Amino acid sequence: MFDLDTWQEIWLTITRNKMRSLLTAFGVFWGVFMLVVMAGFGVGIKHGIMDGVDHFEANSTFMFTDRTSEPYKGFQRGRIWNMTMSDYEAIQAQYAHEIKYMSGVIFGDRSVTNNIVRSDKYGSFSVMGFSPDYDHINPSRMLQGRFINDIDIKERRKVCVIGKRVANDLYAPGETIIGSLLRVNGIYYTVIGVNEAISQNIRVFGDAEEMVSVPFTTLQQTQNCGDEVHCIALAANSSVNIAEMEEEIKTLLKARNNISPTDSQAVQAFNTKQIFDMFNALIIGINALIWIVGLGTLLAGIVGVSNIMLVTVRERTQEIGVRRALGASPWVILKQIMSESLVLTVLAGIGGIVLGVSVLSVISNILANSPSENIPLSNPQISFGIAIAALIIILISGLFAGWLPSKRALQIKAIDALRDE
Amino acid sequence: MIHLENIHKTYNLNTSNALHVLKGINLDVADGDFVSIMGASGSGKSTLLNIIGILDTYDEGSYYLDGQLIQNLTETESAKVRNKMIGFVFQSFNLINFKTALENVALPLYYRGVSRKKRNDMALGYLDKLGLKDWANYLPSEMSGGQKQRVAIARAIIAKPRLILADEPTGALDSKTSQEVMDILRQVNEEEKITMLIVTHAREVAEQTHQIINFKDGLISSIENMRQ
Repeated sequence: MFDLDTWQEIWLTITRNKMRSLLTAFGVFWGVFMLVVMAGFGVGIKHGIMDGVDHFEANSTFMFTDRTSEPYKGFQRGRIWNMTMSDYEAIQAQYAHEIKYMSGVIFGDRSVTNNIVRSDKYGSFSVMGFSPDYDHINPSRMLQGRFINDIDIKERRKVCVIGKRVANDLYAPGETIIGSLLRVNGIYYTVIGVNEAISQNIRVFGDAEEMVSVPFTTLQQTQNCGDEVHCIALAANSSVNIAEMEEEIKTLLKARNNISPTDSQAVQAFNTKQIFDMFNALIIGINALIWIVGLGTLLAGIVGVSNIMLVTVRERTQEIGVRRALGASPWVILKQIMSESLVLTVLAGIGGIVLGVSVLSVISNILANSPSENIPLSNPQISFGIAIAALIIILISGLFAGWLPSKRALQIKAIDALRDE
Repeated sequence: MIHLENIHKTYNLNTSNALHVLKGINLDVADGDFVSIMGASGSGKSTLLNIIGILDTYDEGSYYLDGQLIQNLTETESAKVRNKMIGFVFQSFNLINFKTALENVALPLYYRGVSRKKRNDMALGYLDKLGLKDWANYLPSEMSGGQKQRVAIARAIIAKPRLILADEPTGALDSKTSQEVMDILRQVNEEEKITMLIVTHAREVAEQTHQIINFKDGLISSIENMRQ
């Protein structure tokens, strides 16, 4: 069907008016180029966002308390209550198989400014009490030393892990940090580690780099909280539906603390699934936007091709008429116009893909060599699947662009060639 | 070869204004004949040529080409019949201007599916026959009117049609070149036994054919036999 002659015919007509073909092809080229680059950026944004959260336990929940909203068993509404260690242990016992990591959380006193003091240097940073497991739920990268361990918890040791920025503010460069003493809310703690955040895009209790983390049992004691627990953070095994488990634990907590089962305010929780869902929705939204704009740009290019082909067909009325008189069937004419449109769009489209991918890989290299924490963009590349999709879109575009001109060409009868004298 | 029975053709210019161009044409052209059609502008002679060439349709009557009724053919069918049976020579040559003389001549064979080498060889042969071998790779724009018309004739005869329709083949040529073209057409008619139908204004052109069909107001007014 497509022999050398056909190709020669097509190539001849395309190259006959080089400037016009070039400008026409540029519309498609640009559309595809934009589509590829933007799709690449979509992937890059996805990487950027997901790189910032992917170390975070995706199947985890954080539970904390609020005032009750319903009177129950003689208690008035508006009661302030707290979870206790017995609640913590009850949950731990009941969901022993489901729970992967579990941490009690105590909020440090925030009423004092410049609460962290190191000889003549001081600063205001948040203080948080955690279990060792917390470092698995929301991991940090240890730059020096270690995180809180079980013995710290058990012995209520006065040890602390400080964030990178805390260390930068209170210590001179090169100064020994591990083992030094730090006054935290009026009590001296030994620094056992320096950490920095990994999951940049999820900050549950504030920025880990501006935080002083201590064993939550120590904080319970120093702040006179008794066996209260301000928040319970837990990560479930991946097979567990965290939202369902969250509801069950809420019911359990309400039952244990004389709270109405229908009270929707007393136990608060948020799970990371919600956050991940939100990120996913965001990424889907960005991608939808990218494809709408990209395909729109491409459509403009296709309309351009179609338009120019229409003009070309009109100009070639005499030629097409002669061909018809010499025995070219409508199908041959249709094939020729369609092929011209296809060749033009496919060549332009492949050019667009090639340049788009090249530009993306240059950007990718630049980003890889100078990582910036503020740009949620990393490794903007298009997958093979997207490239194939783009190619299919180009093919369909070519057919679409050729459709109207071909229809116009089919209306040309051989007799028109004679009339045009 | 050609058998026309009561052919009518009307062009509807608009709803209230119709142009009755052919008002019942009866005509027979025998195989191998060399016939000219003469008439004033608007007498319908070109329309008749178009109908015979299956470039246009007719409203009434019947047209047999080589025994086959030509009626309600699809575009594809008529393209096939044209390619197989009919060669065209036009007043304005109608060569494809971005193709060389050789490619122009080979075009009908291309649509017939003849291989590239074979059709180019054949095209060169026909160009040689018409004295244009050295011009094979020139574009029409580089050739004179007479040369272009000879290329067009080569193109018309390469597919070995049974019938050649020539619409004012000498209309754009000076008298000397006209005579050359007419000599070629007569030669083709005699040597290749191709039926030749020529529409012309020029009496001296018509007189070189075997038969002159005079047209007037959509009807054949008289037929002159030139062969004594």
